[in-house]
Formats: sequence, C-alpha cells, structure tokens
Amino acid sequence: MINATLKELSRHLTSGEVTSVELATQYLDRIKALNPALNAFITIDGEKTLEEARAADAARAAGEAGPLTGVPLAYKDIFCQEGWKTSCGSRMLDNFVAPYSAHVVERCRAAGMVTLGRTNMDEFAMGSSNENSYYGPVKNPWDFNAIPGGSSGGSAVAVAARLAPAALGTDTGGSIRQPASHCGVTGIKPTYGTVSRYGMVAFASSLDQGGPMAQTAEDCALLLNVIAGFDSRDSTSLERAPEDYTRSLEQPLTGLKVGLPREYFAEGLSEDVAQVVQSAIDTLRQLGAEVVEVSLPNTRLSIPAYYVIAPAEASSNLSRYDGVRYGHRAAEYSDLVDMYERTRAEGFGDEVKRRILVGTYVLSHGYYDAYYLKAQKIRRLIADDFRKAFERCDVILGPVAPTAAFDIGQLADDPVQMYLSDIYTLSINLAGLPGMSVPAGFAGNGRPVGLQIVGNYFSEAKMLNVAHQFQLATDWHARRPVL
Amino acid sequence: MKWEVVIGLEVHVQLNTVSKIFSGASTAFGAEPNTQASAVELAFPGVLPVMNRAVVEKAIRLGLALDATINRKNVFARKNYFYPDLPKGYQISQMEQPIVEHGRLAIQVGEAEKVIRVTRAHMEEDAGKSLHEDFHGMTGIDLNRAGTPLLEVVSEPDMRSPEEAVAYARALHTLVTWLGICDGNMQEGSFRVDANVSVRPFGQAEFGTRREIKNLNSFRFLEQAIKYEIQWQIDTLEDGGRIQQATVLFDPDTGETRMMRSKEDAHDYRYFPDPDLLPVHISEAQIEAVRAAMPELPDAMKNRFVALFGVSAYDAALLTTSRATAMFFEAVASASGQGKLAANWVNGEIAARLNREGKDIAECPISAERLTGLIVRIADNTLSSKLAKQVFDALWESDLSADAIIERDGLKQVSDTGAIEKMVEEAIAANPKAVEEFRAGKEKALNALAGQVMKASKGKANPAQVQEILRNKLAG
Repeated sequence: MINATLKELSRHLTSGEVTSVELATQYLDRIKALNPALNAFITIDGEKTLEEARAADAARAAGEAGPLTGVPLAYKDIFCQEGWKTSCGSRMLDNFVAPYSAHVVERCRAAGMVTLGRTNMDEFAMGSSNENSYYGPVKNPWDFNAIPGGSSGGSAVAVAARLAPAALGTDTGGSIRQPASHCGVTGIKPTYGTVSRYGMVAFASSLDQGGPMAQTAEDCALLLNVIAGFDSRDSTSLERAPEDYTRSLEQPLTGLKVGLPREYFAEGLSEDVAQVVQSAIDTLRQLGAEVVEVSLPNTRLSIPAYYVIAPAEASSNLSRYDGVRYGHRAAEYSDLVDMYERTRAEGFGDEVKRRILVGTYVLSHGYYDAYYLKAQKIRRLIADDFRKAFERCDVILGPVAPTAAFDIGQLADDPVQMYLSDIYTLSINLAGLPGMSVPAGFAGNGRPVGLQIVGNYFSEAKMLNVAHQFQLATDWHARRPVL
Repeated sequence: MKWEVVIGLEVHVQLNTVSKIFSGASTAFGAEPNTQASAVELAFPGVLPVMNRAVVEKAIRLGLALDATINRKNVFARKNYFYPDLPKGYQISQMEQPIVEHGRLAIQVGEAEKVIRVTRAHMEEDAGKSLHEDFHGMTGIDLNRAGTPLLEVVSEPDMRSPEEAVAYARALHTLVTWLGICDGNMQEGSFRVDANVSVRPFGQAEFGTRREIKNLNSFRFLEQAIKYEIQWQIDTLEDGGRIQQATVLFDPDTGETRMMRSKEDAHDYRYFPDPDLLPVHISEAQIEAVRAAMPELPDAMKNRFVALFGVSAYDAALLTTSRATAMFFEAVASASGQGKLAANWVNGEIAARLNREGKDIAECPISAERLTGLIVRIADNTLSSKLAKQVFDALWESDLSADAIIERDGLKQVSDTGAIEKMVEEAIAANPKAVEEFRAGKEKALNALAGQVMKASKGKANPAQVQEILRNKLAG
C-alpha cells in the first residue's frame, strides 16, 4: 500500500481495508529505514504521529470521518505546527518549537490528516538544490549523487521515495515545481493569495505561496481543496467563494489552446529536457489540444528582478531573528550589537547571509530607485507579458528547469549559475500566477524531468484537468525509483 | 545680533483603540510586562499583521478637524532598524502618501491668533519599552506597548517662540482629546512631543541647522527644553561655533539638553512598501460618515462663544481647552443669560479651585445648574461679589442650591433704600472728620464712609447703592 495515492488510501480507509494507525506505522517504518540515506525529514516523532492516527481511527469509528481522515501527510519544515520543532532548515530556529499552527496545518488537521513529520528544506527556503540546509543536503532517490531540487526538496523526496503519500511545500521562485520536476512528482503552486501564508515562515512575502506535492494531479486537487481558501489572518489572502479543484479533472482536452512561449525553448535549454517537453506536447496534441506560439519577451529580466525583490523582502523578514526572544542566541557577547552580530553570524548559513546582504544593499538610500523600484516595474512588465499571452491560449507549457537535476556540489560555489537555473519558474511568482510541474519523462542520465503548466489567475482547476488527462495517457507519474 | 527662533513639532498621538493596530491584543496601559503582547507583537515566525480599521476612522477624524487632505490610498511601509524593543526589526509606518496631509491648526498666544500648518499625520505602530533600571546591568523588554496605534503629527516649522510651540502642542492635545481619539495622558506616554529647534539671524531667509529634542512628555518640559536649546544654540553661534544637526535628549533634572546622536549616526531605514499589507482604500462615503459624526470643533466653538456670549477671544480660548469645560460653560452661559459672568467664574474660581484640588472639570462638585443659580443671583444684585464668593465656597462643600445657601446663611444683599439711608446717616453722624475731608475735595474720604456703612450692614448692603446715597446725602 506504500505506493497508493491519496485517493486510493482514502478508499482503503473508508472500506476498512486498513486503519490509520496501520498506515502511519507502515510509513514510519519506511522513513526509519530510508531517511538516514535520503535525509528528507528533519523531525520525526512516531508517538505524535500515532496519537493523531488513533484519533483519526476513533473519528472514523464515530462516523465523523471526511474523505482524507487518517491519510498521512508530511509538512515542509517552514509551516509552524504547534508542539513541533519548526526550524525552517536553519540553525537559527533549531530550538524553536512553534506555539501555534499555520493555517494550512490547521486545515489539514481539521480534515483528519495525520502528520508524518517535518521535511528538510533549503534554509529559509533559499536555494534550488537543498544543499543549504543546516541539517545537511537531501539526496535524490533516483540518483544519490543528484540534488533533489529546492527549496522543498525534502517534501519532493518524501513523496518520490514513498516516505509519505503527499507533502506540503512552498514556492517563492519555483521551490515546489523545480524539486517536483527533479524528483518525478506532481506539485502545484496556486495563484498568489489562494493559500493563506499565516504561520508559514516568511521568505519573500509578495512571492511565497504554499501548495501540495503528491504522486498525481488528482491528489494535488484533493489537497488543494483542503488548504485553499480565505483566511482573515493573512491580509493578502483572497476572499473568494470556495471551489472544488477536482471538478474539471475528467474534461477532455479537445480544443484546449496550449501556448508555447518561444523564449522558453531558446538557448540554454538542454537537449534532453527539450525532448521530454516536446514529447509531452505531442501527447497533449493527440489528446485534442491545439498549440499556439506565444511570447514572454521579458522572461530574461525575471532573474535580476526576482533576485532584487526576494532578497529585499527577505532582508527585512529575517530581521526578527535577533536572538532576543526565541531561537539561537550567541553564547558570549560583549554588548547589544555584538550579540546581534554573533547571533546572526552563527545562526544563518552562507546563502541566507548572501541574500540578506543583497536585500539590504538594494533597499539602501540611493540604491532603492535603481534596484527595488526598477525591479517592481519589471514585475509589472512580466505580468503584462502573461496577460497578453493568455489572450491567445488557455494554459502555457514549458520546461521547469533548463536541465535535469545536477550533481550535489556541482554549483555549490557558483550561486549566479544556480540562480540562472530558475529562469522558467521565477516569472510565474513575480506575476502571481499558478504553476505546476508534472512528471513527463527522463533525461539521458535517468533523472526525472517535469513539464511545467502555467495557468491564468485562478485557473488551477483547468491546469489540474490538463495534468490529470496527461497522467491518464502516460505513466511517468507512476514510475518510482528503486530503493 | 538679533536671533529668530524656528520651531517645528512632531507629536506621537496614541490612539485609544481597544486593540492594537495589527493584532487583537489589548492596548490597556499598566498591565504586567509582556502580558499584552501576542505572537504578532512578539514577531514569531510566520505571523502576519492585519489592519485594525478603527485606526483609519480616528485618523480621518483628525484629518477633518485639521481641515486637511485625506489620502484615499494608504500604503504601509517598513522602517527597518534593529532594537530589542522592536521585535520584527522594522516598524510598520507610512512613508509616501500619509493618510493626512496639508492641515492647519489655529493657536492663541495671549490675544494674538496664529495658524500653524500641519505637514502630515501618518499611521504607525508604537515600539515596546526598554527598561534599564532594576535588571543588574541588563535591559528588560516590555512589549505591552508594541503595536499600539499611533498618529505621528508633523507640523511645518511655523512656530517662532517657545510660547507658540507650547500653544500648538496644547491646541493639538485639546483637539485629539476633544475628538475622543486619544486619552491625552502625557505621563503614560499617550501624547509625546519631539521639537525641532533652530535659530537664524533676523531677516535671513534660509533656516539655521536644527537639532531635534526627543520625547518630551509634558508641556512644562517642552517649554524648558526649547528655551534651554535656543539659548544654547545662540551662545554656540555667538561664540563662533557651528550647530551640527543632531538628536538630543532633555534632562528634566538638570534642565539641559544633551546630544544623543549626530547626523552621521543617522539610520538608513531602508523604507519599502510592506508586502504583508494591502493598501487601505478610503471611500468618499467613509469620509462623509466620519464627518457627519464630528463634534463641533474647539475653534468653531471659540468663535461662537465670542459672537454669542460676548466673551473675549482670550477667555473663549481658555474655555475651549477641553470639550467638557466648553460644554460646562455653555450650559451656564445659556441658562443664566450671563456670558461674561459665566466665563469669569468658569475661568476664575472654578478653574483655580479645580487646579488646587487636582481635579478635572468632570469631577467639579458644582454642577452647571448650581453655578447658574449663583450667577443669576449676582446678576440680579442679590449678591455682591464678596457674598458671591461666600456662596461659591458653600456650593463647593454642599449639595444645596445657591438660593438655599443664601436663605440659610442670610446672605441676601440689602438693597432696601430706607435701611441703607439710615445706616448712611449714622455713618455721617459718627465720622465728622471724614465728612469734612470729602467736602474739602478729598474723594478718598468717601470710601472710608462707605466702608463704615458696609461694616454696619455686615457686608450685605448693595455697595453701588451705598455710594450713591452717600453722595446724595453729603451733597445735600
């Protein structure tokens, strides 16, 4: 049952074929066996997990079960969860036990889902390789020499290695889609404002969005039904009528207009990724989709714009980690400023420090207009590109990353090269659009490659429909690494 | 050289909302340290600010009262700096487009009136407090105050003397308490003043270099601090020195200002729009709703008192220093039909007595109705001013009406011509020397005779009548 989808698990639990405790035990055993090699989890607490599973079984016995009651789930260590260490992959929060739960955790717990543990991630969600965790790098289950992608690498690996049937991640510049692509799982970053950020440790507030990662698009839709929706505690949460993200899954794709941005298939895209994406497009064409070429001319500006805006917001968001009230504090210091400096020097890793420095610089007096304001202007241009493109198509397709997963350590000393690999994902966050990654094949070296689907605002149901139909016609999502 | 003083004030007005500007935590003063700080004020990971709309309503009220522009789109910005009592490492404030801009506030200095321009008033959150005493070389942090809503009200450098600065601060204090948006408690920090002070030679167009005196929490300190600062700047310049732009603190114990930080140490606050908060849009309807609920403002009331009751502008300004006082006065003046008398009593005896006993007009033992009873009896000559004071004292101590006190103590003024004539004749007969002096042209002698009559009447004879009858008798 370890390979079952959420939908199948839900059916097995409903039929009584399995109990929640049995399921939880099965996953906990597998985590215990494989996590030492994969390093996908930062925190596991079997007792807590089983306690939740027992409560789920009791709810079922009392006739109070919903469709996902008793189904296990893993959380990226960025979502505050009451009573659980919430480290965000950082030494700074290594001792931080959250006194409250994030909105999405509350929603999942209210739906009866059982916490399997807290997954590894790049520190404060900053990174594309999961090498920036205080808890060490996460291994890609398809190839232990490969990075799993980041920053939600632990969540992607947990699903790919079947340590969890599904996991939640966050995506600020591709952090759900890129690891999903590199690990061969399905993940969706919803429209900005769809999922409450309350209790989600902030990296870049105007870009951060939580979302599901699972084996299938259908499972993502089921999870999105649980976590999406208005929350008055997040001012950027959108007040919209609740929707059923599964409602369009079965629609045929006849007449679907698929846009291919010419800038996504230009120089820089590796041959094997191009081939995988091309064959996925062929599949969709066979399913009735019509292909049109579109243009997103400002794509290349997304990298500088993102790497100004995200660090600017991060430099301010991370100021609260000062050693005064919680988290790491240097053991010895001579005065207040010394305490700040030592605490932050010890508590943050290199990539986080790099981004705080960049962010502080671009917001400084005399530089603000040249960097921050200009980046905001580019952001509007990028959103405008998409607005025009969506006048001609229903969804946009393309690669998630220029290459399949690179080797651990390969780009560790070259942050700029690593930033450049975010070229196909960043603009979606800058525009606030929904984007997803769907398993679509493998590179020549056997590492998975995902297809990116980008929708217009609030078109998640349509994107999930496209992904689901693709998954009915292919079996890439069902392939699994040999462990 | 003759120096001109230039002063501008920045006032932090704490708004009296029930909960904080970005969380549901209470704003009540005086709780145990850190008991009124929620996860939002403590800046836990992942918490988010949510705007308290009551703050906007109160800001609009002030804006309308200052005859200012209310900006329809309000963006919050982060002001970034590290300090232990600023848990997020940034203060949420407004930078561009503050909610209130281009206002004006009239002040009264003696008989002169002047209008001070208000540059802006913006919404922001207060910081916590650092407590440096009682922690054995460490600093205590109390975050109860963190997140309390503030309006920072910034004036143009329009004031030219410490007296004008104090008058402006008082007028603003009156206004915010009048509008019911601030409790005005300066000891508790609800109304804190920063003063920007500079001097320049008379006739010079450009301003001198200013120094900012931070955090003055009484009008007395404000005046002392500015006076000291002006003298210090003039002395420095006359000694050939230069003024460096700086932030200074006032020490009430020494009466001196001392430098806190120079311009070189000034923070780069790295303002940028707060991505956690959407812009707050204010509709015309919202502004109109606030306008409809506005009380009559102190300045309008002051002008009305002058026109309607014939009181001086100076008296009217005093009467309108608080809404409760103004309403008390208006009740007495209207009921008695004696505006000037009412003004004299409210600004005189009542104010002095309240001040002596440390009481507020709301705690005045004499109601407007009972004071009216007294004033009516002064106006109809039942009471001389001396007797009126006696009745006033009795009113203060009892619940009786003025008439009941007059009756009980037999304090009615004697205006019976026959009785007064009799006493006048007796006085003339008993004081031939004074009579002779008066007839010789010594006007003062008349007062001695009148005094005898008043004494004989135990102070109750109508003094004007006594004078008149005396003159008649002596002339005859």
